[in-house]
Amino acid sequence: MNGLNMNSFKKAIRPKEEDFAGFSCNIPQLITHRINQFNGFFFENKDSSLKINNGTIICSMETAKQKYSSILAEKNIKDLSSYEEGLFIYVPKDAQIDLPLQILDIIKAEDSILINSKSIIIIGENSKLKLICCDDTVNNKSSISENSLQIFLEDNSSLEYYKMENINNSSSIFTETNFILASNASLTTFWLSINGGNIRNKLNVSFEGEHSKAELYGLYLADRDQKVLNEISVKHNKPNCISTQLYKGILDDSAEAEFKGHINVGKNAYLTEATQNNRNILLTDKARVNTQPFLEIYNDDVKCSHGATVGQLDQSAMFYMRSRGITERSARMLLMYAFCNEVLSKASLQELKDKLQDIIKRRLHGELSSCENCVLVCNNPCESMDVDITKIN
Amino acid sequence: MSLIEIRNLHASINGKEILKGVDLTINKGEVHAVMGPNGNGKSTLASVIAGKDNFEVTQGEIIYQGKNLFDLSIDQRAAEGIFLGFQYPVEIPGVSISNFMKTAINEQRKYKGLDPMPTFEFMKLMEEKKKIVELDSKLANRSVNEGFSGGEKKKNEIFQMAMLNPTLSILDETDSGLDIDALRIVAAGVNALRSKENSTILITHYQRLLDYIVPDFVHVLYEGKIVKTGPKELALELEEKGYEWLKYE
Repeated sequence: MNGLNMNSFKKAIRPKEEDFAGFSCNIPQLITHRINQFNGFFFENKDSSLKINNGTIICSMETAKQKYSSILAEKNIKDLSSYEEGLFIYVPKDAQIDLPLQILDIIKAEDSILINSKSIIIIGENSKLKLICCDDTVNNKSSISENSLQIFLEDNSSLEYYKMENINNSSSIFTETNFILASNASLTTFWLSINGGNIRNKLNVSFEGEHSKAELYGLYLADRDQKVLNEISVKHNKPNCISTQLYKGILDDSAEAEFKGHINVGKNAYLTEATQNNRNILLTDKARVNTQPFLEIYNDDVKCSHGATVGQLDQSAMFYMRSRGITERSARMLLMYAFCNEVLSKASLQELKDKLQDIIKRRLHGELSSCENCVLVCNNPCESMDVDITKIN
Repeated sequence: MSLIEIRNLHASINGKEILKGVDLTINKGEVHAVMGPNGNGKSTLASVIAGKDNFEVTQGEIIYQGKNLFDLSIDQRAAEGIFLGFQYPVEIPGVSISNFMKTAINEQRKYKGLDPMPTFEFMKLMEEKKKIVELDSKLANRSVNEGFSGGEKKKNEIFQMAMLNPTLSILDETDSGLDIDALRIVAAGVNALRSKENSTILITHYQRLLDYIVPDFVHVLYEGKIVKTGPKELALELEEKGYEWLKYE
């Protein structure tokens, strides 16, 4: 797999909780219900803030299989026995969760470890959830993390899903996430691949009911020899559903990115609207991107479009900005930041948006390369920036 | 003392010589119109002064406030007070006008060794300068030039000029694509910013603009050289006789 010698990686065992004390992904001003996974293992959060009094269940998959087998049985999950260490979240019907849920996936390896976790999330009828998933490594040790996640959105439910991948340069993360949408469901995803040696994301959306919509946003930043793959498949199996995809990336040094976007519109899925866009900026001659849109349409009554661009920073915009006194470096930063902001601006959680803007600013500024394992702990605002790009809009 | 002195300037693009020995001296407080048919080097002259690097200067020099202009980068020239009003202003999606201006002002201040402008002062300046060109407040929060009409783009150029308060403004075909109302507003803006301390180069090929912004001198740039210089009446003469007339002069 990708030239990685998996044999040299040891399967992770359940770590000691105290080894992870002190690591937290703080988003200033944003209060969340925190759920911890350390090296892929679910840990009960003893923090009282996690008591959600509306019947929401948060537990390990192992517990879920014992206690909530009837809920799981309804979902016909293949290969349920392979779900062991992952997470189970069940939001019942008509539930509002006051705060966003935050799943903190922290990897702290002693040797090269292989992490494998499979999780299930069910959002009941008429319920709303905001979910933030942070993947972080806290040292420079190599790891491979394979995450599989099944998310069910029942009728009339809504989910805003934020995924932040921010792992060290010698680590890999392979995700496979399946969103299954019933009727009138609304899904928005933000997939932010901020840092990592080798990142591969498979995201599948399946419309199983009518009048649902999915907005999929992605942003990937890669430098050195980093690799990022995003493979998206949207299946319009039912009529009257809308899907949009907007993925953008900036690649520096010898980084490589791949975007594979598949839209499948079934025979009966009339009045489908599906759009797909992938835009890339290459900062060097060595950076590479491979973008492959793939539309498979078996119905005439649809609106579908796709587009892909690969280019350098706009030289006429650079000249325009510099002619106003903005230095070359700042002009580059502003253009890159504006490019990223098209994706960020769609996020609704302002506090998270601010944090992301800060992380991206640091990333573009080249800070994270030198301070890779302190992403979690350094919460000082980015002081060394000469340009104020915090409030771009 | 002259503000800028252009001496025997030769410049080419892709090996093709466009400017073939331009001489031009501008003093503080003066407005100079540079006229001439399309394709004779007017915009090239503007670009070379601003520092656009796809032009190669093969001969000559430009002395600006005692400094060799070619020693300064594009942004340094701007910080030294040179402003180029673009014929085709560039759209910058995702960067708001206010952020763009704030960055430009603060980077220019940094070059001069000054602290960033306090936010309230900046906001006040924005409000004040927007009025000069009747720039819609809503536009200021939009991305730079994105989806602007031709008139709005040109107003935005003059607004930026007002914000940056340059010593030498070069307005490249500012009148092109403007209806008469927009032209009046833009010209009134330029006139309002005129002072004894700053100078303007107006590049145009129509006399029309000069009814609104009255120049001290009119130059004709023809086949890469300034072939004629005169008072403002020269523009009227050109309008009447056409550029063909120059060939026989």
